Amino acid sequence: MNAVNFSYDLLARGLLPEITLIVGALLVLAYDVIRGRNHTLAERQAIALWIGGIALAAAFYHVVTIGAIGRVYGDSLLIDRLAVAARAGVLVLGMITLGIASGAKRQRHPAEYVAIILFAVTGFTLMSAAQHLLIAFTALELASLSLYVLAGFDKTSRASAEAALKYFLMGSMATAFLLFGFSLIYGVTGEMNLDRIAFVLAHGGVTPLLGLALVMVLVAFGFKAAAAPFHLWAPDAYQGAPTPSAALIASASKLAGFTLFLRLLWPGLGALSGDVSTAGNTGGWLTLLCLISGASLLLGNLAALAQTNIRRLLAYSAIAHTGALLLGVVAAEVAGASPLLFYLMTYGIATAGAFGVIAVLEVNGGCQKITDLAGLSKRSPLLAGCLLVFILSLAGIPPLAGFFGKFTVFAAALKVGGMSGPAGWLTMLAIALSAVALYYYLIVLKQALVQPAAPENSAKIKVPVGAAITLLLAAGLIVVLGICPSLLLGLF
Amino acid sequence: MNLLPFTIYLSFAGAVLSLLAGMRSAAMARGVALVTALFCWGITLYAACNFTPARDLQNLVDVAWIPEMGIRYHLAADGISLTLVVLTGLAATAGILFSWNIEERVGEFFAFYLALIGGVYGVFLSADAFLFFVFYEIAIVPKYFLIANWGSTNRQYGAMKLALYSFAGSAMVLVGLLWIYAAGHASGFGLPELARAAATTSHTDQIFIFGLIFTGFAVLAGMFPFHTWAPTGHVAAPTGASMLLAGVVMKLGAYGCLRVAMPLVPGALEFWQPVIAWLAVAGIIYAGLVALVQDDFKFVIGYSSVSHMGFVLLGLAAANPTAVAGAVLQMFSHGVIAGLLFAVVGRMVYERTHTRQLEDLRKLPLHRLMPFACVVFVLAGLASMGMPGFSGFPAELTILIGVWKSSKILAILAASGVLIAAAFTLRAIQVAFFGQANPATPATALHHPYAPVTWPERTGAFLLLAATLVVGLKPDLLLNWIVPSLNSPLMQAVWRGGAQ
Repeated sequence: MNAVNFSYDLLARGLLPEITLIVGALLVLAYDVIRGRNHTLAERQAIALWIGGIALAAAFYHVVTIGAIGRVYGDSLLIDRLAVAARAGVLVLGMITLGIASGAKRQRHPAEYVAIILFAVTGFTLMSAAQHLLIAFTALELASLSLYVLAGFDKTSRASAEAALKYFLMGSMATAFLLFGFSLIYGVTGEMNLDRIAFVLAHGGVTPLLGLALVMVLVAFGFKAAAAPFHLWAPDAYQGAPTPSAALIASASKLAGFTLFLRLLWPGLGALSGDVSTAGNTGGWLTLLCLISGASLLLGNLAALAQTNIRRLLAYSAIAHTGALLLGVVAAEVAGASPLLFYLMTYGIATAGAFGVIAVLEVNGGCQKITDLAGLSKRSPLLAGCLLVFILSLAGIPPLAGFFGKFTVFAAALKVGGMSGPAGWLTMLAIALSAVALYYYLIVLKQALVQPAAPENSAKIKVPVGAAITLLLAAGLIVVLGICPSLLLGLF
Repeated sequence: MNLLPFTIYLSFAGAVLSLLAGMRSAAMARGVALVTALFCWGITLYAACNFTPARDLQNLVDVAWIPEMGIRYHLAADGISLTLVVLTGLAATAGILFSWNIEERVGEFFAFYLALIGGVYGVFLSADAFLFFVFYEIAIVPKYFLIANWGSTNRQYGAMKLALYSFAGSAMVLVGLLWIYAAGHASGFGLPELARAAATTSHTDQIFIFGLIFTGFAVLAGMFPFHTWAPTGHVAAPTGASMLLAGVVMKLGAYGCLRVAMPLVPGALEFWQPVIAWLAVAGIIYAGLVALVQDDFKFVIGYSSVSHMGFVLLGLAAANPTAVAGAVLQMFSHGVIAGLLFAVVGRMVYERTHTRQLEDLRKLPLHRLMPFACVVFVLAGLASMGMPGFSGFPAELTILIGVWKSSKILAILAASGVLIAAAFTLRAIQVAFFGQANPATPATALHHPYAPVTWPERTGAFLLLAATLVVGLKPDLLLNWIVPSLNSPLMQAVWRGGAQ
């Protein structure tokens, strides 16, 4: 192996975004403790959001200026182009979340809320660069614990408490699985670093015990990514959690989680991948991944058809998208990470944007049922227009970014053995189910753009400036990335 | 020629503008929409005047778009695309004239309308399969909203059915294209490159790929038995949208079959030819017979559209230059005639009588109450029946001659479809316009109880009638454009594939 570099300078440079975020979070808290009582709740929230936003922007600046500096501190972090892209994406999604929070139902402790969002984002950025099992685990736990708190942040709401408890119980179970899997991997290979694990495995260190470790890791991955059959927490969490929290869980956490597991599976456990390019394949984690992917595609799309609650619908649509994203993981060996990452980012923006629209509506008469969207085009053309862009992007209609995300992932998946193997069949299934998905997405848009408003819920909506700008920027990003996908693809 | 891409950009710009204008006043939105459509149509006519018929596609724009996947923003036109963009310009203009009376959410209506038109222009001008697909899908979503928002009978059902059928069809196309791209190791999505890649796949693969792509497109062209979206969608749609649906959107499907499916996988043509041809003939006859027994006036026209589009598919399936030239001519002709028929039924008759039931219309002597609508419908009906002098005649005749070369039985069966078309059209004319006044009807009802025909209706009807007459009397106008393009390298592969 190459020479190991334990330079603290490099470490500090590599972790500058995380440091910025932590400092930002502490500043948010400190200001609120010291000066908070002089301000109204609205002012406190605005200040917290501003500080948080600036911290995210500064971290974004650091991520971009540092660039791909490679291995940091004895190979414990790997800041390659994938890490740069994923960290930048996570930070953008974090900013969108803050923008949504500015228009959403006000929390009673806005500073804590913003600070925890920043902690969660710190976890995400670390996850995107982790190259060492312990760092990966710590980052994942930092992110997960923050997300549990965010899900239950609305203490006045029973649904929020229920969402947090379910999310926490399921999530900590997944964590236990993950830790067990990691310990087995360590026990078998004697290494914690992904590169060295791969090295050991490639040189004949494969034992049956690793199969168990793989299953453990994949189960944990399934939980974190909300893939069927480990998806049960998702609909409840999306439904009950405060809307900005749900947006963060659905977007940034997915991006970071997929990046982490992509690194863990491909470079780390690549020797155990098996083969899914032809029908008579050899066993490995690719087979399991294909099974999970197919189950998620089927369950997500079919269950979404039956939903009447808009958040649960988005949750099942998220499960369906997870299925397609898993195809991207399968294809990452032949096509690299860029299709997967493009899909993750554009999906994240669209889904966070959709939650943003819901958040604004929630303040203006509530938004749980799909029918609560009725008459949106009259009540607020801006929200209706943005929702149109987000939902059509989720449905995969060109020229929006969601279409190209799907297209490039499917094209990549078909390169794994064409139509003759499970990867090809899954792609067929995914494309076929996208026609099914159009149905439930159109049901949402039908309410927003066709149905007249219910009389008790027909007042014009005044969209808060922060939320309006966020939604417009997000919608703009979706359109621009759809028309010029090379802007993002060219970065890898 | 080089102005043609602006039809796409102008239509999308016009969509945004009319949305904004609609927030001010309805009249402004209408004006913006009409000016946009006229301008685009003007561009297509100008391009047509300066067009030198040539064998190959003439490049309009060709720049790298997504270099990572070898996708190019490549617009090009030949005689076939030119015929269809001229049709699009005409149908769009006429459709806007017949939508003049829309009062509700006018800006949004024309925004969706022009977005649809922009997508249609894009499809007809695309020379890269990915680009083609993108525009094809752009055209799907506005249809849903046009019908669901401004439609009539059963509009949400009709709109959803149409959207899902179209999207399912395009999903099949996507699978086919990706299959070629991956299995043939194509370096991009240009049509010649994909054709090269497709030729490297196994024959079985080619048969599957052709089936997927052709069927996917043919769903939108109204191929039996996937045609059921068409009558419900047409009936549910507002008049302007039905005119577009029958006039140009169904042509998107047929054009996709001709431009993408057949040249890309000519090797599978031989296998599929009989299947498609028999389905097409089944569609011609079945839809014609169904049209014969409809109670709803608009359903008669809806099924007649399916029947006439059967001729297009039959012409394509015959896969010889004569039949395909006829098919393209029929696309133009049907686009004009179906638009006219829907305009009379949806706008002139239904908006005034508020009924489309033939039984109710029979009780009204419409030939006296609405002489203008009656004359227009009779003329359009004659055109639809394939009367010489109108565009339907040379189109269907050319197709039948072409089909006769490959299969006499099919030609005879299809010709019987022309008779059925005459039967259901005459029945509709007789029952709807020349019914007997019920003695019980109060005399006051007969003294011009209906609003007079407005200028947009007259203009629109005049434009469409003129087009069908001009092409009917001098089909060479279009055939001179179409025939040379049938000798392009891609099409020659089709003739070889069909003749094997």
